[in-house]
Amino acid sequence: MADLSFVRSEMLPERAPPATEVGIVKWLRTNLFSTWPNALLTIAAFYVIYLVLAGVLPWLFGGVWTTSSLSECREVLQGDVGGCFSVLTERWNQLIYGFKYPTELYWRPNLALVLLAFAAAPVLFFDLPRKLLLFTAIYPFIAYWLVWGGPIGVPVTAFVGILGAYLVFERFSASNFALGALGGVAAAFVLWFIGGYLVDMMASENPLLTPVASRDLGGFMLNLMLGVTCVSLSIPLGIALALGRQSSMPLIKGVCVIFIEFIRGVPLITLLFVASVMLAYFFPPDATVDLFLRVVIMITLFSSAYIAEVIRGGLAALPKGQYEAADSLGLDYPQAMRFIILPQALKISIPGIVNVAVGLFKDTTLVSVISMFDLVGMIRGPILASQEWNGVYWELLGFAALLFFVVCYGISQYSQWLERRLRTDHR
Amino acid sequence: MSSITFDHHADRSKMAVSDEVAIEIRNMNKWYGSFHVLRDIDLTVYQGERIVIAGPSGSGKSTLIRCINRLEEHQEGQIIVDGTELTSDLKNVDKVRSEVGMVFQHFNLFPHLTILENCTLAPIWVRKEPKKEAEERAMHFLEKVKIPEQAHKYPGMLSGGQQQRVAIARSLCMMPRIMLFDEPTSALDPEMIKEVLETMVELAEEGMTMLCVTHEMGFAKEVANRVIFMDAGQIVEQNEPEEFFNNPQSERTKLFLSQIL
Repeated sequence: MADLSFVRSEMLPERAPPATEVGIVKWLRTNLFSTWPNALLTIAAFYVIYLVLAGVLPWLFGGVWTTSSLSECREVLQGDVGGCFSVLTERWNQLIYGFKYPTELYWRPNLALVLLAFAAAPVLFFDLPRKLLLFTAIYPFIAYWLVWGGPIGVPVTAFVGILGAYLVFERFSASNFALGALGGVAAAFVLWFIGGYLVDMMASENPLLTPVASRDLGGFMLNLMLGVTCVSLSIPLGIALALGRQSSMPLIKGVCVIFIEFIRGVPLITLLFVASVMLAYFFPPDATVDLFLRVVIMITLFSSAYIAEVIRGGLAALPKGQYEAADSLGLDYPQAMRFIILPQALKISIPGIVNVAVGLFKDTTLVSVISMFDLVGMIRGPILASQEWNGVYWELLGFAALLFFVVCYGISQYSQWLERRLRTDHR
Repeated sequence: MSSITFDHHADRSKMAVSDEVAIEIRNMNKWYGSFHVLRDIDLTVYQGERIVIAGPSGSGKSTLIRCINRLEEHQEGQIIVDGTELTSDLKNVDKVRSEVGMVFQHFNLFPHLTILENCTLAPIWVRKEPKKEAEERAMHFLEKVKIPEQAHKYPGMLSGGQQQRVAIARSLCMMPRIMLFDEPTSALDPEMIKEVLETMVELAEEGMTMLCVTHEMGFAKEVANRVIFMDAGQIVEQNEPEEFFNNPQSERTKLFLSQIL
């Protein structure tokens, strides 16, 4: 057996790692050229990227922005490669606001959009002072008044009704939840009924803001309005449906299950057709529900069914011990849901909810098939059908894609930030 | 199983049992579907008692204490806690739950809330206490379980033993008159078992009424005034710890003790 003893006589000095194992060289070696097949793939991929960029970049940077028709674009380009982006500048207002919204009133939706940032901030970033939520609460009514105009009594009445319902609910729900909820609904209807008379009586010939009809809304503004309204309505409705589906009361559970399964089994586009055409048959001949409202209701119902299922997944993922701990501390059902169950279930559900929200926002373009002129409706209808711009597909649809991508990517980034912010388990 | 030794012997002088009845269980039966889990349970617990419930797994001991704050419903008989009978009336259930604290095997802390928020949530919303007062008491109890410095961390950052001590503090913040422990040390490493048991001994020394489902027979000898042995959903034997361990009567008890001691 060999001698196993060993004594070190001098300590080794520190040495720099080999040059091929540090910095950019190491990164290239491990990520791009680790083996011969990978090196070949890298080179092939670079070639494809070069081909794509060589085609797109001259088109993008050689584009024309100032002509007033496609034929003028062609004259300017003289056969060179280049996009005809003039359509975007020339039809900018139509793409954003639609073709019927009065030009001199563009400031109103613009202002509503700016205020939306302030209203959404405290909801999205909960480190902001909670008092800002008061503005969020009145924002929908301000936004409605700004976009549609008309007598100020309408949004005020709507607000007073909801405020009344809230106060009644606050007053009674502590002792009896059902009494609070029913009383709240009753209070809202009474206030709206009275308000309706007052608004009719006081309606003047010249309201402060000129009324604009729902038919006159259009462009990307319409997509944003539908997206924001439907997402913010369908999340609470989805939560209610998910909790209802878990209810031990057979009637509530049954209604929720049937609703969710029915809505999920029907394409959105048929619901939109129902909203635009068929609902009229169900109302008395002289009653009308605004088209925008009908579309909002249908999209909201549609996405709330999906959100309900996503949240049900989150609820199912919570350990039973969380419910038991909440019960054993004496928290009642609303308290346990509000403080313990939903915060955790919603956190788990964030990726799924964002999935639905992004899908919903893109689905707002479907309203173009029921002749509402949203961004895609404007492009397919008035713009491409016009003599000047017939044939400018890439530029217009590329622009639409860019707008939607910016919004959807923003939602996705926000949700990832939110997940990081809410992470408390330090895995 | 009873390898845990205590650094000092529990001071039994303050562990006084009064004549006042804390929990009265009469002829209680429970079924899971058609499976008869608890059979004719009769048990009277007096204020200040420290009862250890032992038995093989599946004997119904956890189910029994979970019935006491109605995490499980019983189908027959009566359970009266502090004069309030547990029925399907939710008001009674909530009243009992706010007076009975419960500690679970898997802690069941709320992972999205800090330690302090875990301890103040129920006092603020169930007992309607001002936030400041609730926080002061929460800190008091966190000091008592020796982890005040962790108050602003999240449960996921604490060790198992620390989490279980937080769970005890969280229950104590509701000022319960009775504490239920459902295998509080079964999910812990030996070192952590000791710190949790010591907290429980201190609680016993302050005269808290306690019902513990546990396999820690050292704890039973040190603290309990009564040991209940359950098997097949029934109370097989109960006695003072000394008698129970040294002179068990039933064959089933003897077998059980020979296996765990």
